[in-house]
Amino acid sequence: MAENKPITKNVDWMVVLIYIACLGIGWVNIYAAVYNPEVNMSMFDLSNNAGKQLMWIGTAALLIICILVIDYKFYETFSFIIYAVIVFLLVVVLFAGSNINGSRSWIKFGAFSLQPAEFSKLAISLAISKYLSDPAISLTRKLKDYYPIMGIIALPAFLILLSNETGSMLVFASFAIVLYREGMPGFIPSIGIVTAALLIITLLFVKWYIAGVIIVIAGLAIWLMPVMTRRRGGLWATIIIAFVMIGIVFGVDFFMNNVLQKHQRGRIMVLLDPDSDPRGIGWNVIQSKIAIGSGGFTGKGFLQGTQTKFDFVPEQSTDFIFCTVGEEHGFIGSAVVVVLFVSLIARLVVLAERQRSRFARVYGYCVAGIIFFHFMVNIGMTIGLMPVIGIPLPFFSYGGSSLWSFSILLFVFLKIDAQRPFTLSRG
Amino acid sequence: MLESRRFVIIGFFALVGIIYLLRLFYLQVLDESYSIESSSNSIKRVIEIPFRGQIYDRTGKLIVYNTPVYDLLVTPYKARVDDTLRFCQVLGIERRDFDSLMNAASAYSRVKPSLFLRQLSKEDFASIQDIMVDYSGFEFAKSSLRTYTAPTLANTLGYVSEITKGQLEKQEEPYYRQSDYIGQSGIEKIYENELRGKRGTKFVMQNVSGVYKGPWKGGELDTMAVAGANLYSGIDLEVQQYADSLMVNKVGSVVAIEPKTGQIISMVSAPTYDPNILASRYFSKNYAALARNPYKPLFNRPVMASYRPGSTFKLIQALIGLQEGVITPESGFTHANCPVGCHNHPATGTVALGVMHSCNPYFYNVFRRIIYKNNIQNTFKASAVGLDAWHDAISKFGIGQRLGIDLPSEYKGNLPNKKYYDRFYGEYRWKFSNIYSLSIGEGELLITPLKMANVAAIIANRGYFYTPHVIHGIGDGKKVNPEFLVRHDTGVESHNFDPVIEGMIGAVEGGTARRSRVEGITIAGKTGTSQNKRGDDHSIFIAFAPVENPKIAIAVFVENAGAGGSAAAPIANLIIEKYLTRKITNKALEERMFKADLMSKVILPGQKKPISADSLKKKLISADSMKKKPVVKPITAPKKQ
Ligand SMILES: [Zn+2]
Repeated sequence: MAENKPITKNVDWMVVLIYIACLGIGWVNIYAAVYNPEVNMSMFDLSNNAGKQLMWIGTAALLIICILVIDYKFYETFSFIIYAVIVFLLVVVLFAGSNINGSRSWIKFGAFSLQPAEFSKLAISLAISKYLSDPAISLTRKLKDYYPIMGIIALPAFLILLSNETGSMLVFASFAIVLYREGMPGFIPSIGIVTAALLIITLLFVKWYIAGVIIVIAGLAIWLMPVMTRRRGGLWATIIIAFVMIGIVFGVDFFMNNVLQKHQRGRIMVLLDPDSDPRGIGWNVIQSKIAIGSGGFTGKGFLQGTQTKFDFVPEQSTDFIFCTVGEEHGFIGSAVVVVLFVSLIARLVVLAERQRSRFARVYGYCVAGIIFFHFMVNIGMTIGLMPVIGIPLPFFSYGGSSLWSFSILLFVFLKIDAQRPFTLSRG
Repeated sequence: MLESRRFVIIGFFALVGIIYLLRLFYLQVLDESYSIESSSNSIKRVIEIPFRGQIYDRTGKLIVYNTPVYDLLVTPYKARVDDTLRFCQVLGIERRDFDSLMNAASAYSRVKPSLFLRQLSKEDFASIQDIMVDYSGFEFAKSSLRTYTAPTLANTLGYVSEITKGQLEKQEEPYYRQSDYIGQSGIEKIYENELRGKRGTKFVMQNVSGVYKGPWKGGELDTMAVAGANLYSGIDLEVQQYADSLMVNKVGSVVAIEPKTGQIISMVSAPTYDPNILASRYFSKNYAALARNPYKPLFNRPVMASYRPGSTFKLIQALIGLQEGVITPESGFTHANCPVGCHNHPATGTVALGVMHSCNPYFYNVFRRIIYKNNIQNTFKASAVGLDAWHDAISKFGIGQRLGIDLPSEYKGNLPNKKYYDRFYGEYRWKFSNIYSLSIGEGELLITPLKMANVAAIIANRGYFYTPHVIHGIGDGKKVNPEFLVRHDTGVESHNFDPVIEGMIGAVEGGTARRSRVEGITIAGKTGTSQNKRGDDHSIFIAFAPVENPKIAIAVFVENAGAGGSAAAPIANLIIEKYLTRKITNKALEERMFKADLMSKVILPGQKKPISADSLKKKLISADSMKKKPVVKPITAPKKQ
């Protein structure tokens, strides 16, 4: 392999095109979000977020070139070292970080600031992939094989929690997807989903009614159950499941009232009924829905948005960037963004499945899962389907840390994928 | 097998995508409620800040109210000031102020209005309102200013100021925004949640140029602002100001309590300042001057300063001794074999005489009996057991703990127990001879003026007290904090107070405080002289009156003023007379106390002896010198352009 190949050889162009499309649409919308008709503002002026974002995009391009130049084996070999470096940065930031918006998690360089927590996703992905690349590890049978994974996730999660950046920590839930693919029994994510559903139901209805309904359903299930199943433990299983579910219902109630702090409770309640708190957090959700809703089918047009300007939530170019898309480009624009994300994620899954090494496959799923989780929570929040959790929309939201971390995350995978033809199967 | 899971995963992704598409279609196309009447309108949230609650005195006089003022806001990108010189003249600011204010506003936001000048009075507003029309980008916003009817009670009431960055970040629920006001000390801080009221929120529609286009959704989500609750205090403003004038040029405290309720009648922290100076535009300048002042006028002495109680503590010793039966009202002690000195006085054959003449050896012996309980076989063990029992009995008087007054930063004081001395000497390595200075209120005891006033109230009530409090009613219904209705019993029976009160009457009629007795009122009092490391003794006096039906209990502390009878007793008795009769008979005494300059005896930290106070007194801002200067200079009729 002494011959000189272009570094872009074998790179998956579909992903790159979607990536470029996202960056372009995102940047234009950041400009629209900060645009003010009465101030002469340039898209390229470094004093506004659009100009700054352009600079971040430029630096991201340099990073991508570096990633493509570096030998693909580097990422696997140095996984744990990269992990250690980022954990170290998380510790450093706890003591020496600058405080922005109440969370002590930023490192400042002049007017720009970086957030190491953003890079923890990359660190965990590499470390989990490296760990699972050992073919002896089985997630199907051995419980003890889960412990290192829990440790890999828990360490940065704990550090991020200390720096008060809960949003970034929740993203780690996305690793459930890759663990499921690698053999985690299906009932574990099912329990997670059922618990979440019960949580929402508990908040909406009186808990005694829910308990009643669960008992009735369990009774019906037992009654309709084939006799054989009932004898083979189906009876007890159903009763136990019903009791656990009732336990969750009452547990959630207790948790909401006694464990959560008032503002956290507020965030969840607002999800269910934004009008319950139109002055506080609910206002963000109301504003966001008005902005998107007022866009109509075709939108108000580029720079014509009125709702997303001025007295809007402070994060209009970061966490609420999707509102600008919805208002100025309507359903058409919003749908394009949703379709772009779903195609990107689906393509990543396809790429992951064609990998020959387990390391590459696991890493691919990690990337897909993380991008999906951000997409789901961020857009869900703006359309009132998810609680207000401050995490960015990948490639769209203003912010150097998130753009860099997603670009690195994505292109490391593309680089590994590009080398696939030369990789021997090991898994 | 696991490979087929990819379909489950992709299916899940696609499902979320489809749900989101449907939701978007519903929001943007089907649901009409989110479309705004005119597409160029936007919805703005306007927050209305209500008036802060007012505070009243016990006679219904206003102490604190609000004056409407106007803030001048600027929206930097809209601001056009062609004629800066005239603009500055109109507002009475310097050119460099203009530049720095403008820069600060631009740094905050170019498109959002931010504060340019705060708190222009109504008159100033009226005089410049028309001129400001010439300058675009400037607008006025109504606001209000805390105003105090009298230049008194500064530390008790506290002050209100812009919320700090730290407070802004620490708030549990996002209630305050940048540049909002919040109570920072005193009553304003403790009752912040009651005083601030409820903010109103209005959702209004406006067009692109900010012109009002009516309420959004017919105002169905709007909420009205609710004014803050008024607070009713037990302060007697007339007596308070009288006490202030007696404490001029002195460093110390006055605390007067109504014994039957625990309401604070008067609370002086001297030296003081006019609270209006911290409610003005000059807040930072004035605050800095107060903070620099070596006499610490911001230090709320009645609840934060600590002193040794001196001889006033003998009252409690006598009560505990009587209650525990180690002495009787007829117990007598002489000066024989006593390590503490005394002065010349008639024989002290009863408790009343011991109190009246404040005999040190008398209380040395009382305390010795309390500690040993006539058990002197193992003096170390007996001392340990005795001291802890004594500690528990004294605690019931509120000594050595926070009373729970409705003021911030109340100091706990110090009441030593067995553990305390064990740390110095080791367990069973100390005995009565190590701790006897407690018997006369010296040694390791530390109390605050508030606590001693409360002790006076306990004696007046013959055994119980209510937690002293400034505010006894909240809101129109004058809601009472239930904690202030709990009667705290000291465990000393009523009849045991008789000899002690008799001695206190004697002290005022013919004992240590005889020079300040008041014709026609039976006052029971006790002087105290508190030793301290720096300079002369502090002068202390606690009293209550009238003895037959006590209406006021008082403690006066004057720093470095010598014996209790010389400064504290006359001041206390004048205040008692003022409160009970509204007039003063002994004008000569009054005049002498007004004029007494005892501040010059105070030795400041870092100094070896008092420095001539005149040079420093200038630094104390007198209320008059800070009378609000006109914010806006008189305007000579500006030429119309
Ligand atoms: Zn004596």
